[in-house]
Amino acid sequence: MNGVMAIYIFMLAGFTGYEVISRVPVILHTPLMSGSNFVHGIVLVGAMVALFNAHGTLELVIGTIGVALAAGNAVGGYVVTDRMLEMFKSSGKAPNKGPHA
Amino acid sequence: MNSSTNLTTAIVQAAYVLVAFLFITGLKRMSSPATARGGILWAGLGMVIATLVTYLQASAGINLYLVIGATLVGGGVAWVSGKRVAMTDMPQMIALYNGMGGGAAAAIAAVELYRGEERGLAFGALAVLGALIGAVSLSGSCIAFGKLQGLIKKSFRFSGQQIANLAILATAIVLGVLIATSVNNTAAVVTGFFVLALLLGVTMTLPIGGADMPVVISLYNALTGLAVAFEGYVLNNWAMVIAGMVVGSAGTLLTQLMAKAMNRSLGNVLFSGFGETAGAATGPVTGSQKAIEAGDAGVMMAYAQKVIVVPGYGMAVGQAQHKVWELTQLLQNRGVTVKFAIHPVAGRMPGHMNVLLAEAGVPYDLIADLEEINAEFETADVALIIGANDVVNPVARNDKSSPIYGMPILDADKAKNVIVIKRGQGQGFSGIENALFYLDNTRMLYGDAQGAVNQLVQAVKAAG
Repeated sequence: MNGVMAIYIFMLAGFTGYEVISRVPVILHTPLMSGSNFVHGIVLVGAMVALFNAHGTLELVIGTIGVALAAGNAVGGYVVTDRMLEMFKSSGKAPNKGPHA
Repeated sequence: MNSSTNLTTAIVQAAYVLVAFLFITGLKRMSSPATARGGILWAGLGMVIATLVTYLQASAGINLYLVIGATLVGGGVAWVSGKRVAMTDMPQMIALYNGMGGGAAAAIAAVELYRGEERGLAFGALAVLGALIGAVSLSGSCIAFGKLQGLIKKSFRFSGQQIANLAILATAIVLGVLIATSVNNTAAVVTGFFVLALLLGVTMTLPIGGADMPVVISLYNALTGLAVAFEGYVLNNWAMVIAGMVVGSAGTLLTQLMAKAMNRSLGNVLFSGFGETAGAATGPVTGSQKAIEAGDAGVMMAYAQKVIVVPGYGMAVGQAQHKVWELTQLLQNRGVTVKFAIHPVAGRMPGHMNVLLAEAGVPYDLIADLEEINAEFETADVALIIGANDVVNPVARNDKSSPIYGMPILDADKAKNVIVIKRGQGQGFSGIENALFYLDNTRMLYGDAQGAVNQLVQAVKAAG
Protein backbone atom coordinates (compact mmCIF):
# COMPACT_ATOMS: atom_id res chain seq x y z
CA MET A 1 0.00 0.00 0.00
CA ASN A 2 1.55 3.29 -0.97
CA GLY A 3 1.79 6.32 1.29
CA VAL A 4 -0.95 8.44 -0.26
CA MET A 5 -3.48 5.61 -0.14
CA ALA A 6 -2.56 5.07 3.50
CA ILE A 7 -3.20 8.73 4.28
CA TYR A 8 -6.62 8.49 2.58
CA ILE A 9 -7.52 5.50 4.71
CA PHE A 10 -6.34 7.17 7.93
CA MET A 11 -8.36 10.26 7.07
CA LEU A 12 -11.58 8.54 6.01
CA ALA A 13 -11.52 6.19 8.99
CA GLY A 14 -11.06 9.21 11.22
CA PHE A 15 -14.11 10.97 9.76
CA THR A 16 -16.10 7.75 10.05
CA GLY A 17 -15.40 7.45 13.77
CA TYR A 18 -16.40 11.04 14.35
CA GLU A 19 -19.64 10.75 12.37
CA VAL A 20 -20.68 7.38 13.73
CA ILE A 21 -20.86 8.55 17.32
CA SER A 22 -21.60 12.24 16.82
CA ARG A 23 -25.26 11.86 17.78
CA VAL A 24 -24.81 9.56 20.75
CA PRO A 25 -26.95 10.47 23.79
CA VAL A 26 -25.15 11.07 27.09
CA ILE A 27 -26.77 8.00 28.63
CA LEU A 28 -24.61 5.82 26.40
CA HIS A 29 -21.29 7.57 26.88
CA THR A 30 -19.86 5.09 29.34
CA PRO A 31 -20.90 1.94 27.44
CA LEU A 32 -19.78 3.53 24.18
CA MET A 33 -16.38 4.38 25.59
CA SER A 34 -16.15 0.82 26.79
CA GLY A 35 -17.32 -0.42 23.38
CA SER A 36 -14.74 1.64 21.52
CA ASN A 37 -12.19 0.37 24.03
CA PHE A 38 -13.21 -3.14 22.94
CA VAL A 39 -12.85 -2.26 19.24
CA HIS A 40 -9.20 -1.26 19.61
CA GLY A 41 -8.76 -4.73 21.08
CA ILE A 42 -8.18 -5.59 17.38
CA VAL A 43 -4.58 -4.96 18.44
CA LEU A 44 -4.76 -8.66 19.40
CA VAL A 45 -4.49 -9.53 15.72
CA GLY A 46 -1.33 -7.46 15.36
CA ALA A 47 0.18 -8.83 18.54
CA MET A 48 -0.45 -12.38 17.27
CA VAL A 49 1.26 -11.61 13.94
CA ALA A 50 4.20 -9.99 15.74
CA LEU A 51 4.61 -13.05 17.95
CA PHE A 52 4.25 -15.49 15.01
CA ASN A 53 7.19 -13.73 13.38
CA ALA A 54 9.29 -13.29 16.51
CA HIS A 55 12.79 -14.77 16.77
CA GLY A 56 15.03 -14.97 19.79
CA THR A 57 14.20 -14.84 23.46
CA LEU A 58 13.71 -11.07 23.77
CA GLU A 59 11.24 -10.85 20.87
CA LEU A 60 9.37 -13.94 22.10
CA VAL A 61 9.04 -12.56 25.63
CA ILE A 62 7.82 -9.12 24.50
CA GLY A 63 5.56 -10.70 21.90
CA THR A 64 3.99 -12.99 24.48
CA ILE A 65 3.36 -10.09 26.87
CA GLY A 66 1.83 -8.17 23.95
CA VAL A 67 -0.59 -10.98 23.07
CA ALA A 68 -1.62 -11.44 26.71
CA LEU A 69 -2.27 -7.71 27.13
CA ALA A 70 -4.17 -7.49 23.83
CA ALA A 71 -6.32 -10.51 24.71
CA GLY A 72 -7.10 -8.81 28.02
CA ASN A 73 -8.14 -5.64 26.19
CA ALA A 74 -10.41 -7.51 23.76
CA VAL A 75 -12.02 -9.96 26.19
CA GLY A 76 -12.32 -7.52 29.10
CA GLY A 77 -13.68 -4.80 26.85
CA TYR A 78 -16.33 -7.13 25.48
CA VAL A 79 -17.43 -8.54 28.83
CA VAL A 80 -17.91 -5.20 30.59
CA THR A 81 -19.58 -3.53 27.59
CA ASP A 82 -21.99 -6.41 27.21
CA ARG A 83 -22.77 -6.39 30.94
CA MET A 84 -23.60 -2.69 30.83
CA LEU A 85 -25.70 -2.80 27.66
CA GLU A 86 -27.59 -5.87 28.83
CA MET A 87 -29.14 -3.75 31.57
CA PHE A 88 -30.60 -1.01 29.37
CA LYS A 89 -34.33 -1.58 29.07
CA SER A 90 -37.28 0.65 28.20
CA SER A 91 -40.55 0.77 30.18
CA GLY A 92 -42.24 -1.19 27.44
CA LYS A 93 -40.58 -4.37 28.67
CA ALA A 94 -41.23 -6.10 31.97
CA PRO A 95 -39.40 -4.28 34.75
CA ASN A 96 -36.28 -6.03 35.86
CA LYS A 97 -35.93 -6.20 39.61
CA GLY A 98 -32.17 -6.57 39.48
CA PRO A 99 -30.07 -9.06 41.41
CA HIS A 100 -30.11 -7.21 44.74
CA ALA A 101 -33.68 -5.97 44.78
CA MET B 1 3.47 -22.97 -1.73
CA ASN B 2 3.26 -19.63 -3.46
CA SER B 3 -0.30 -20.01 -4.69
CA SER B 4 -1.50 -21.26 -1.31
CA THR B 5 0.19 -18.26 0.35
CA ASN B 6 -1.63 -16.00 -2.09
CA LEU B 7 -4.92 -17.72 -1.33
CA THR B 8 -4.34 -17.32 2.41
CA THR B 9 -3.55 -13.64 1.96
CA ALA B 10 -6.72 -13.16 -0.10
CA ILE B 11 -8.86 -14.89 2.54
CA VAL B 12 -7.29 -12.83 5.32
CA GLN B 13 -7.73 -9.57 3.40
CA ALA B 14 -11.36 -10.34 2.58
CA ALA B 15 -12.02 -11.24 6.20
CA TYR B 16 -10.49 -7.96 7.39
CA VAL B 17 -12.82 -5.99 5.10
CA LEU B 18 -15.74 -7.77 6.71
CA VAL B 19 -14.26 -7.09 10.15
CA ALA B 20 -13.96 -3.35 9.48
CA PHE B 21 -17.61 -3.35 8.34
CA LEU B 22 -18.74 -5.21 11.47
CA PHE B 23 -16.83 -2.89 13.80
CA ILE B 24 -18.23 0.31 12.29
CA THR B 25 -21.78 -1.08 12.17
CA GLY B 26 -21.38 -2.25 15.75
CA LEU B 27 -20.26 1.17 16.97
CA LYS B 28 -23.10 2.81 15.05
CA ARG B 29 -25.64 0.54 16.75
CA MET B 30 -24.03 1.13 20.13
CA SER B 31 -24.82 4.82 19.84
CA SER B 32 -28.59 4.28 20.27
CA PRO B 33 -30.16 2.66 23.38
CA ALA B 34 -32.57 0.47 21.42
CA THR B 35 -29.88 -1.19 19.30
CA ALA B 36 -26.88 -0.93 21.62
CA ARG B 37 -26.93 -4.52 22.85
CA GLY B 38 -26.84 -5.80 19.30
CA GLY B 39 -24.00 -3.41 18.50
CA ILE B 40 -21.53 -5.06 20.82
CA LEU B 41 -22.50 -8.45 19.36
CA TRP B 42 -21.68 -7.25 15.82
CA ALA B 43 -18.34 -5.91 16.96
CA GLY B 44 -17.68 -9.08 18.95
CA LEU B 45 -18.38 -11.21 15.88
CA GLY B 46 -15.88 -9.08 13.97
CA MET B 47 -13.25 -9.71 16.63
CA VAL B 48 -13.78 -13.48 16.54
CA ILE B 49 -13.46 -13.55 12.74
CA ALA B 50 -10.34 -11.37 12.82
CA THR B 51 -8.68 -13.59 15.41
CA LEU B 52 -9.55 -16.84 13.66
CA VAL B 53 -8.26 -15.83 10.21
CA THR B 54 -5.05 -14.59 11.78
CA TYR B 55 -4.28 -18.20 12.75
CA LEU B 56 -4.03 -18.89 8.98
CA GLN B 57 -0.78 -16.92 9.09
CA ALA B 58 0.54 -18.97 12.00
CA SER B 59 4.03 -20.36 12.04
CA ALA B 60 4.36 -23.79 13.62
CA GLY B 61 6.31 -24.48 16.77
CA ILE B 62 6.91 -22.54 19.92
CA ASN B 63 5.47 -19.27 18.57
CA LEU B 64 2.07 -20.84 17.99
CA TYR B 65 1.98 -22.31 21.50
CA LEU B 66 2.97 -18.96 22.99
CA VAL B 67 0.18 -17.19 21.08
CA ILE B 68 -2.44 -19.68 22.25
CA GLY B 69 -1.13 -19.70 25.82
CA ALA B 70 -0.91 -15.91 26.10
CA THR B 71 -4.40 -15.48 24.59
CA LEU B 72 -5.88 -17.93 27.08
CA VAL B 73 -4.12 -16.40 30.08
CA GLY B 74 -4.75 -12.74 29.18
CA GLY B 75 -8.29 -13.41 27.99
CA GLY B 76 -9.08 -15.64 30.96
CA VAL B 77 -7.96 -13.12 33.57
CA ALA B 78 -9.89 -10.35 31.80
CA TRP B 79 -13.01 -12.55 31.50
CA VAL B 80 -13.11 -13.31 35.21
CA SER B 81 -12.33 -9.75 36.31
CA GLY B 82 -14.80 -8.29 33.81
CA LYS B 83 -17.61 -10.56 35.05
CA ARG B 84 -16.89 -9.75 38.69
CA VAL B 85 -16.26 -6.00 38.68
CA ALA B 86 -18.97 -3.95 40.38
CA MET B 87 -20.78 -1.42 38.20
CA THR B 88 -19.53 1.39 40.44
CA ASP B 89 -15.92 0.40 39.64
CA MET B 90 -16.52 0.30 35.89
CA PRO B 91 -14.54 3.46 34.97
CA GLN B 92 -11.26 2.22 36.41
CA MET B 93 -11.79 -1.24 34.91
CA ILE B 94 -12.24 0.32 31.46
CA ALA B 95 -9.04 2.28 32.11
CA LEU B 96 -7.18 -0.93 32.89
CA TYR B 97 -8.38 -2.81 29.79
CA ASN B 98 -7.57 0.25 27.71
CA GLY B 99 -4.06 0.43 29.15
CA MET B 100 -3.57 -3.21 28.19
CA GLY B 101 -4.42 -2.35 24.59
CA GLY B 102 -1.91 0.50 24.64
CA GLY B 103 0.69 -1.85 26.11
CA ALA B 104 0.02 -4.38 23.37
CA ALA B 105 0.54 -1.71 20.68
CA ALA B 106 3.82 -0.73 22.36
CA ALA B 107 4.85 -4.39 22.53
CA ILE B 108 4.25 -4.81 18.79
CA ALA B 109 6.46 -1.80 18.14
CA ALA B 110 9.11 -3.17 20.52
CA VAL B 111 9.29 -6.49 18.69
CA GLU B 112 9.68 -4.68 15.36
CA LEU B 113 12.15 -2.07 16.63
CA TYR B 114 14.44 -4.46 18.52
CA ARG B 115 14.64 -6.46 15.29
CA GLY B 116 15.80 -3.29 13.51
CA GLU B 117 15.13 -4.18 9.85
CA GLU B 118 15.37 -1.40 7.25
CA ARG B 119 11.78 -0.76 6.17
CA GLY B 120 11.71 2.97 5.37
CA LEU B 121 11.07 6.21 7.20
CA ALA B 122 7.25 6.00 7.35
CA PHE B 123 7.54 2.56 8.94
CA GLY B 124 10.05 3.76 11.53
CA ALA B 125 8.21 6.98 12.32
CA LEU B 126 4.81 5.34 12.80
CA ALA B 127 6.27 2.43 14.78
CA VAL B 128 7.97 4.89 17.15
CA LEU B 129 4.95 7.20 17.40
CA GLY B 130 2.61 4.29 18.10
CA ALA B 131 5.05 2.96 20.68
CA LEU B 132 5.27 6.31 22.47
CA ILE B 133 1.49 6.78 22.56
CA GLY B 134 0.82 3.16 23.50
CA ALA B 135 3.35 3.17 26.34
CA VAL B 136 2.01 6.46 27.73
CA SER B 137 -1.50 5.02 27.55
CA LEU B 138 -0.39 1.87 29.40
CA SER B 139 1.37 3.51 32.34
CA GLY B 140 -1.05 6.45 32.46
CA SER B 141 -4.09 4.16 32.54
CA CYS B 142 -2.52 2.14 35.37
CA ILE B 143 -2.12 5.35 37.39
CA ALA B 144 -5.72 6.34 36.57
CA PHE B 145 -6.85 2.92 37.77
CA GLY B 146 -4.84 3.30 40.97
CA LYS B 147 -6.35 6.70 41.67
CA LEU B 148 -9.99 5.73 41.10
CA GLN B 149 -9.56 2.45 42.96
CA GLY B 150 -8.19 4.41 45.91
CA LEU B 151 -4.76 2.80 45.76
CA ILE B 152 -3.08 6.14 45.05
CA LYS B 153 -4.58 8.76 47.34
CA LYS B 154 -2.23 11.68 46.90
CA SER B 155 -1.72 13.88 43.87
CA PHE B 156 2.01 14.24 43.43
CA ARG B 157 2.87 17.77 42.46
CA PHE B 158 6.00 19.87 42.59
CA SER B 159 7.00 23.14 41.03
CA GLY B 160 8.49 22.76 37.58
CA GLN B 161 6.50 19.57 37.01
CA GLN B 162 5.42 20.67 33.54
CA ILE B 163 9.02 21.38 32.62
CA ALA B 164 10.11 17.98 33.90
CA ASN B 165 7.36 16.31 31.84
CA LEU B 166 8.37 18.34 28.81
CA ALA B 167 12.01 17.32 29.28
CA ILE B 168 11.04 13.63 29.46
CA LEU B 169 8.88 14.01 26.33
CA ALA B 170 11.64 15.86 24.46
CA THR B 171 14.26 13.23 25.33
CA ALA B 172 11.89 10.44 24.29
CA ILE B 173 11.26 12.22 20.98
CA VAL B 174 15.00 12.64 20.34
CA LEU B 175 15.57 8.93 20.94
CA GLY B 176 12.50 8.18 18.82
CA VAL B 177 13.84 10.20 15.90
CA LEU B 178 17.17 8.40 16.24
CA ILE B 179 15.43 5.03 16.14
CA ALA B 180 13.15 5.97 13.25
CA THR B 181 15.91 7.34 11.03
CA SER B 182 18.68 4.84 11.57
CA VAL B 183 18.86 1.09 11.07
CA ASN B 184 21.62 0.25 13.50
CA ASN B 185 19.91 0.99 16.77
CA THR B 186 21.49 -0.52 19.79
CA ALA B 187 19.10 -2.28 22.09
CA ALA B 188 20.04 0.27 24.75
CA VAL B 189 18.58 3.17 22.75
CA VAL B 190 15.33 1.30 22.13
CA THR B 191 15.11 0.31 25.80
CA GLY B 192 15.80 3.88 26.93
CA PHE B 193 13.05 5.11 24.64
CA PHE B 194 10.48 2.74 26.11
CA VAL B 195 11.49 3.49 29.70
CA LEU B 196 11.06 7.24 29.07
CA ALA B 197 7.70 6.73 27.36
CA LEU B 198 6.38 4.67 30.27
CA LEU B 199 7.74 7.22 32.75
CA LEU B 200 5.98 10.03 30.87
CA GLY B 201 2.60 8.33 31.28
CA VAL B 202 3.19 8.14 35.04
CA THR B 203 4.40 11.71 35.54
CA MET B 204 1.66 13.11 33.28
CA THR B 205 -1.14 11.35 35.15
CA LEU B 206 -0.04 11.55 38.79
CA PRO B 207 -0.81 15.27 39.26
CA ILE B 208 -4.34 15.01 37.83
CA GLY B 209 -7.14 15.04 40.43
CA GLY B 210 -9.63 12.20 40.78
CA ALA B 211 -12.56 14.31 39.57
CA ASP B 212 -10.88 14.84 36.21
CA MET B 213 -9.88 11.20 35.77
CA PRO B 214 -12.79 10.19 33.47
CA VAL B 215 -11.67 12.74 30.89
CA VAL B 216 -8.14 11.38 31.12
CA ILE B 217 -9.34 7.78 30.75
CA SER B 218 -11.33 8.79 27.68
CA LEU B 219 -8.28 10.56 26.27
CA TYR B 220 -6.09 7.49 26.78
CA ASN B 221 -8.79 5.43 25.09
CA ALA B 222 -8.53 7.65 22.01
CA LEU B 223 -4.73 7.54 22.18
CA THR B 224 -4.68 3.75 22.30
CA GLY B 225 -6.84 3.77 19.18
CA LEU B 226 -4.24 5.93 17.41
CA ALA B 227 -1.39 3.72 18.61
CA VAL B 228 -3.21 0.66 17.28
CA ALA B 229 -3.78 2.37 13.92
CA PHE B 230 -0.07 3.29 13.62
CA GLU B 231 1.11 -0.22 14.50
CA GLY B 232 -1.46 -1.50 12.00
CA TYR B 233 0.40 0.43 9.30
CA VAL B 234 3.68 -1.03 10.56
CA LEU B 235 2.30 -4.56 10.24
CA ASN B 236 0.49 -3.74 6.97
CA ASN B 237 -2.74 -4.74 8.73
CA TRP B 238 -5.63 -2.59 7.51
CA ALA B 239 -8.21 -3.91 9.92
CA MET B 240 -6.05 -2.46 12.71
CA VAL B 241 -5.58 0.83 10.87
CA ILE B 242 -9.30 1.36 10.29
CA ALA B 243 -10.50 0.16 13.71
CA GLY B 244 -7.76 2.13 15.44
CA MET B 245 -8.47 5.35 13.58
CA VAL B 246 -12.24 5.04 14.11
CA VAL B 247 -11.67 4.65 17.85
CA GLY B 248 -9.06 7.40 17.80
CA SER B 249 -11.46 9.97 16.40
CA ALA B 250 -14.59 8.70 18.18
CA GLY B 251 -12.63 8.71 21.43
CA THR B 252 -11.42 12.26 20.83
CA LEU B 253 -15.02 13.39 20.29
CA LEU B 254 -16.16 11.61 23.46
CA THR B 255 -13.32 13.23 25.41
CA GLN B 256 -14.39 16.67 24.19
CA LEU B 257 -18.03 15.97 25.10
CA MET B 258 -17.03 14.91 28.60
CA ALA B 259 -14.71 17.86 29.17
CA LYS B 260 -17.44 20.20 27.95
CA ALA B 261 -20.00 18.65 30.29
CA MET B 262 -17.61 19.27 33.19
CA ASN B 263 -16.96 22.83 32.03
CA ARG B 264 -13.28 22.02 31.66
CA SER B 265 -11.05 22.32 28.63
CA LEU B 266 -8.76 19.43 27.89
CA GLY B 267 -5.72 21.63 28.43
CA ASN B 268 -7.07 22.59 31.81
CA VAL B 269 -7.50 18.98 32.83
CA LEU B 270 -4.01 17.99 31.78
CA PHE B 271 -2.06 21.00 32.95
CA SER B 272 -3.74 22.29 36.08
CA GLY B 273 -4.95 20.72 39.30
CA PHE B 274 -8.66 21.34 39.84
CA GLY B 275 -9.33 18.77 42.55
CA GLU B 276 -6.63 20.21 44.79
CA THR B 277 -7.05 23.96 44.66
CA ALA B 278 -10.82 24.28 44.47
CA GLY B 279 -11.50 23.94 48.20
CA ALA B 280 -9.72 27.19 48.99
CA ALA B 281 -12.08 29.39 47.03
CA THR B 282 -15.36 28.85 48.86
CA GLY B 283 -17.43 31.96 49.36
CA PRO B 284 -19.52 32.52 52.47
CA VAL B 285 -22.96 30.93 52.47
CA THR B 286 -25.75 32.45 54.52
CA GLY B 287 -28.63 30.68 56.22
CA SER B 288 -28.74 27.30 57.87
CA GLN B 289 -29.42 23.72 56.87
CA LYS B 290 -32.91 22.62 57.89
CA ALA B 291 -33.45 18.95 58.72
CA ILE B 292 -36.54 16.87 57.93
CA GLU B 293 -37.72 13.48 59.18
CA ALA B 294 -38.12 10.65 56.67
CA GLY B 295 -41.80 10.29 57.55
CA ASP B 296 -42.59 13.88 56.60
CA ALA B 297 -40.51 13.66 53.45
CA GLY B 298 -42.31 10.47 52.45
CA VAL B 299 -45.74 12.07 52.87
CA MET B 300 -44.61 15.09 50.88
CA MET B 301 -43.64 12.82 47.99
CA ALA B 302 -46.69 10.54 48.28
CA TYR B 303 -49.03 13.47 47.71
CA ALA B 304 -46.96 15.15 45.02
CA GLN B 305 -47.91 15.37 41.36
CA LYS B 306 -44.40 15.16 40.09
CA VAL B 307 -41.10 14.10 41.64
CA ILE B 308 -37.72 14.49 40.01
CA VAL B 309 -34.94 12.32 41.42
CA VAL B 310 -31.37 13.62 41.09
CA PRO B 311 -29.02 10.73 41.80
CA GLY B 312 -25.30 11.17 42.34
CA TYR B 313 -22.34 8.96 42.95
CA GLY B 314 -23.19 8.84 46.66
CA MET B 315 -26.34 6.88 45.81
CA ALA B 316 -24.35 4.28 43.92
CA VAL B 317 -21.71 3.98 46.64
CA GLY B 318 -24.52 3.41 49.15
CA GLN B 319 -26.01 0.75 46.81
CA ALA B 320 -29.32 2.60 47.12
CA GLN B 321 -30.37 2.41 43.45
CA HIS B 322 -32.51 -0.70 43.98
CA LYS B 323 -34.37 0.97 46.85
CA VAL B 324 -34.77 4.11 44.74
CA TRP B 325 -36.42 2.05 42.01
CA GLU B 326 -38.73 0.47 44.61
CA LEU B 327 -39.65 3.95 45.82
CA THR B 328 -40.23 5.05 42.23
CA GLN B 329 -42.62 2.17 41.55
CA LEU B 330 -44.57 2.87 44.76
CA LEU B 331 -44.96 6.51 43.76
CA GLN B 332 -45.92 5.58 40.18
CA ASN B 333 -48.63 3.29 41.55
CA ARG B 334 -50.04 6.29 43.41
CA GLY B 335 -50.15 8.25 40.15
CA VAL B 336 -47.11 10.39 40.85
CA THR B 337 -44.98 11.21 37.83
CA VAL B 338 -41.38 10.29 38.59
CA LYS B 339 -38.41 11.23 36.46
CA PHE B 340 -34.69 10.89 36.90
CA ALA B 341 -32.43 13.83 36.09
CA ILE B 342 -28.90 12.88 35.25
CA HIS B 343 -26.09 15.37 35.10
CA PRO B 344 -23.43 14.48 32.52
CA VAL B 345 -20.87 13.95 35.27
CA ALA B 346 -23.12 12.20 37.77
CA GLY B 347 -21.26 9.06 38.65
CA ARG B 348 -17.65 8.87 37.74
CA MET B 349 -17.99 9.56 34.02
CA PRO B 350 -20.73 10.64 31.62
CA GLY B 351 -23.28 7.89 31.31
CA HIS B 352 -22.02 6.00 34.35
CA MET B 353 -25.12 6.87 36.40
CA ASN B 354 -27.37 5.57 33.63
CA VAL B 355 -25.58 2.24 33.85
CA LEU B 356 -26.02 2.15 37.62
CA LEU B 357 -29.75 2.94 37.35
CA ALA B 358 -30.16 0.44 34.56
CA GLU B 359 -28.57 -2.17 36.81
CA ALA B 360 -31.35 -1.57 39.32
CA GLY B 361 -33.98 -1.98 36.58
CA VAL B 362 -34.93 1.66 35.97
CA PRO B 363 -36.13 1.91 32.34
CA TYR B 364 -34.05 4.32 30.32
CA ASP B 365 -37.05 6.34 29.13
CA LEU B 366 -37.65 7.61 32.68
CA ILE B 367 -34.15 9.05 32.66
CA ALA B 368 -33.60 12.52 31.25
CA ASP B 369 -30.40 14.43 30.77
CA LEU B 370 -29.69 18.02 31.67
CA GLU B 371 -31.07 19.78 28.60
CA GLU B 372 -34.29 17.76 28.60
CA ILE B 373 -35.14 18.11 32.27
CA ASN B 374 -33.98 21.53 33.40
CA ALA B 375 -37.14 23.36 32.31
CA GLU B 376 -39.25 20.81 34.19
CA PHE B 377 -37.93 21.52 37.68
CA GLU B 378 -40.26 24.51 37.96
CA THR B 379 -43.25 22.20 37.58
CA ALA B 380 -41.95 19.60 40.03
CA ASP B 381 -43.36 19.40 43.56
CA VAL B 382 -40.33 17.62 44.93
CA ALA B 383 -36.75 17.33 43.76
CA LEU B 384 -35.12 14.44 45.62
CA ILE B 385 -31.34 14.76 45.67
CA ILE B 386 -29.56 11.54 46.58
CA GLY B 387 -25.81 11.72 46.99
CA ALA B 388 -25.38 14.48 44.41
CA ASN B 389 -23.74 17.74 45.37
CA ASP B 390 -21.75 19.93 42.99
CA VAL B 391 -24.05 19.22 40.04
CA VAL B 392 -26.99 20.92 41.80
CA ASN B 393 -25.02 23.78 43.35
CA PRO B 394 -26.61 27.09 42.25
CA VAL B 395 -23.35 28.98 42.81
CA ALA B 396 -22.30 27.60 39.43
CA ARG B 397 -24.91 29.97 37.96
CA ASN B 398 -24.36 33.10 40.02
CA ASP B 399 -21.03 33.17 41.92
CA LYS B 400 -18.22 34.22 39.62
CA SER B 401 -15.57 33.54 42.27
CA SER B 402 -16.53 29.88 42.52
CA PRO B 403 -14.28 27.35 40.78
CA ILE B 404 -17.37 25.67 39.35
CA TYR B 405 -18.83 28.94 38.01
CA GLY B 406 -20.21 28.37 34.52
CA MET B 407 -20.53 24.60 34.88
CA PRO B 408 -23.96 23.54 33.61
CA ILE B 409 -26.02 22.37 36.60
CA LEU B 410 -29.40 20.79 37.22
CA ASP B 411 -31.78 23.52 38.38
CA ALA B 412 -33.09 21.49 41.32
CA ASP B 413 -33.39 24.67 43.40
CA LYS B 414 -36.33 25.73 41.20
CA ALA B 415 -38.52 22.85 42.38
CA LYS B 416 -41.22 23.72 44.94
CA ASN B 417 -39.56 21.52 47.55
CA VAL B 418 -36.06 20.08 47.60
CA ILE B 419 -35.18 17.07 49.75
CA VAL B 420 -31.49 16.31 50.05
CA ILE B 421 -30.36 12.94 51.35
CA LYS B 422 -26.90 13.37 52.74
CA ARG B 423 -24.64 11.57 55.15
CA GLY B 424 -23.73 14.66 57.17
CA GLN B 425 -22.98 18.32 56.80
CA GLY B 426 -19.72 17.85 54.88
CA GLN B 427 -18.80 19.21 51.49
CA GLY B 428 -18.81 17.49 48.11
CA PHE B 429 -16.17 15.77 46.02
CA SER B 430 -14.62 19.10 45.07
CA GLY B 431 -14.85 20.57 48.58
CA ILE B 432 -17.14 23.45 47.56
CA GLU B 433 -19.93 24.63 49.89
CA ASN B 434 -23.36 23.99 48.36
CA ALA B 435 -25.75 26.97 48.49
CA LEU B 436 -28.70 24.70 47.63
CA PHE B 437 -28.58 23.10 51.09
CA TYR B 438 -29.26 26.48 52.72
CA LEU B 439 -32.26 27.55 50.63
CA ASP B 440 -35.69 28.10 52.22
CA ASN B 441 -37.34 25.38 50.16
CA THR B 442 -34.64 22.81 50.95
CA ARG B 443 -34.89 20.17 53.67
CA MET B 444 -32.01 17.89 54.63
CA LEU B 445 -32.64 14.21 55.30
CA TYR B 446 -29.52 13.03 57.05
CA GLY B 447 -28.45 9.43 56.79
CA ASP B 448 -26.78 6.95 54.49
CA ALA B 449 -28.44 6.73 51.08
CA GLN B 450 -29.79 3.20 51.38
CA GLY B 451 -31.17 3.63 54.90
CA ALA B 452 -32.79 6.97 54.14
CA VAL B 453 -34.45 5.78 50.93
CA ASN B 454 -35.66 2.68 52.77
CA GLN B 455 -37.31 4.95 55.35
CA LEU B 456 -38.92 6.91 52.52
CA VAL B 457 -40.27 3.65 51.07
CA GLN B 458 -41.83 2.78 54.44
CA ALA B 459 -43.25 6.29 54.79
CA VAL B 460 -44.87 6.20 51.34
CA LYS B 461 -46.34 2.77 52.06
CA ALA B 462 -47.72 4.10 55.36
CA ALA B 463 -49.29 7.08 53.59
CA GLY B 464 -51.99 4.65 52.40
